[in-house]
Amino acid sequence: MSAVPIVTLRPAEATPAMLASAIRNVVGAATVQTGKVKIDVPPLVENGNTVPLTVTVASPMTENDYVKSIHVFNEKNPQPNVGNFYLGPRAGRAQISTRIRLADTQKIVAIARLSDGSFWSVSADVVVTLAACTEEVI
Amino acid sequence: MRSIHTIAVAGLLLAAGFAIPRLLATEIPQAERRSGYTFMSPDTKAIQDDDTANPGMLWVLDGEALWKRKTGTADKACADCHDDARASMKGVAARYPAFDRTLGRPVNLEQRINLCRAQHQQATPLPYESRDLLALAAFVGQQSRGVPITAGTDPQLEPFVAKGRDTFMRRQGQLNLGCTNCHNDNWDKHLAGSAVTQALPTGYPLYRLEWQSLGSLQRRLRNCMTGMRTQIYDYGAPELVELELYLMSRAHDMPVETPAVRP
Amino acid sequence: MASALINVPKKAKRGDIIEIKTLMSHIMETGYRRTATGELVPRDIITSFTCRYNGVEVFRADLFPAIAANPFITFFTVATESGKFDFEWIGDRGFTETASAAISVE
Repeated sequence: MSAVPIVTLRPAEATPAMLASAIRNVVGAATVQTGKVKIDVPPLVENGNTVPLTVTVASPMTENDYVKSIHVFNEKNPQPNVGNFYLGPRAGRAQISTRIRLADTQKIVAIARLSDGSFWSVSADVVVTLAACTEEVI
Repeated sequence: MRSIHTIAVAGLLLAAGFAIPRLLATEIPQAERRSGYTFMSPDTKAIQDDDTANPGMLWVLDGEALWKRKTGTADKACADCHDDARASMKGVAARYPAFDRTLGRPVNLEQRINLCRAQHQQATPLPYESRDLLALAAFVGQQSRGVPITAGTDPQLEPFVAKGRDTFMRRQGQLNLGCTNCHNDNWDKHLAGSAVTQALPTGYPLYRLEWQSLGSLQRRLRNCMTGMRTQIYDYGAPELVELELYLMSRAHDMPVETPAVRP
Repeated sequence: MASALINVPKKAKRGDIIEIKTLMSHIMETGYRRTATGELVPRDIITSFTCRYNGVEVFRADLFPAIAANPFITFFTVATESGKFDFEWIGDRGFTETASAAISVE
């Protein structure tokens, strides 16, 4: 988004600070370790309006050791949150898929909360281009 | 006896003049034609391949419900005349736009649906690109999935195919660009980040990721014209139907993919 | 006329991990787009999706504007008993839709 001085209710672009604070809302003061989580996303998207995304967490998914939730964030959309997904021991496999919107080339972050209270994360860089021929605004 | 019968029928067909569309020097040779599907990334192809993941199927489901709903002052449903669409509509979309005798010109599938509504259901026409019209067109189109396209072979359509071809070949607009400059001469190159395809409309109406919605071929053509910075035809304009007809005839013999997914 | 597409295996063996795919028709208007005259188009999204297996929640998701239109969500669950999956979508402007699918587990 351009730096036009219009007063808006929300900023046109998320900042790294917004991303950090959105992550803090989920993890609190806990340390987030890297590992266990995998993001499957095309490195160069066909269209930023619909980007297939799969997040997988390595976990036995037993009664005592399972993934409680997966939280997905982005860096440059107007808002840092993408989705929160709540699993549990009945899930069998800690994997979710969805389709997301990405406004620009940016980083996606996925954070998993495990049953033992630990947090694990991974990030992926995605290149997003605009479509060549766009429509007239309706 | 049977072989003589077959030869006689073949002779009749030739005499009736069913023509395979002529190929101009600049057009893509039949053997090199590729559906827009082949230009897509594996992730996007996967969306089209799975009927439970293809958002276009949501419109097909809506269309299936509309097919059975009574409407208009005649209080009739499509199903009342056409029964099970799986049987009655198979192959129909593959030969549209088709010649309408009363109007003396081609009509596309959406126009045919509205003509049916007016003549047989006494119902008001559905607006172009309305959800209901797209749903019915997607439902009818999907009944032809896999059927080879034969639109344009009717000899009565020849002058209209020619007009559509002229529009396709003609340089126009602020960029002095003809459709052929990209879609015949430069397919498989890229325009910014997007692949330039061969302009073979095998899967309409389709779910376009850019629209995040299902849309018609006419909507896509109007998009193209915006990009070419040329005069955009109104929905339903004869020039647009002729262009649709020519484009479908370009895709002669290729299988229908409705509802396709495209970026 | 919202419609949903659900893919749940009709049959499974006890203990099988099955994949459930869901697709719901919804524009997911972000609230950041503007009309040609500059007015903000108000947000209109699905905010929550829940799956219950014989009444017990086995999966839930919070959705934000960054989820693409016609939300597609897939997840896994262990087939424990025959019965029914109930799906619920809740969103802005009082949007609420449900769907269900039966499963036979041997």
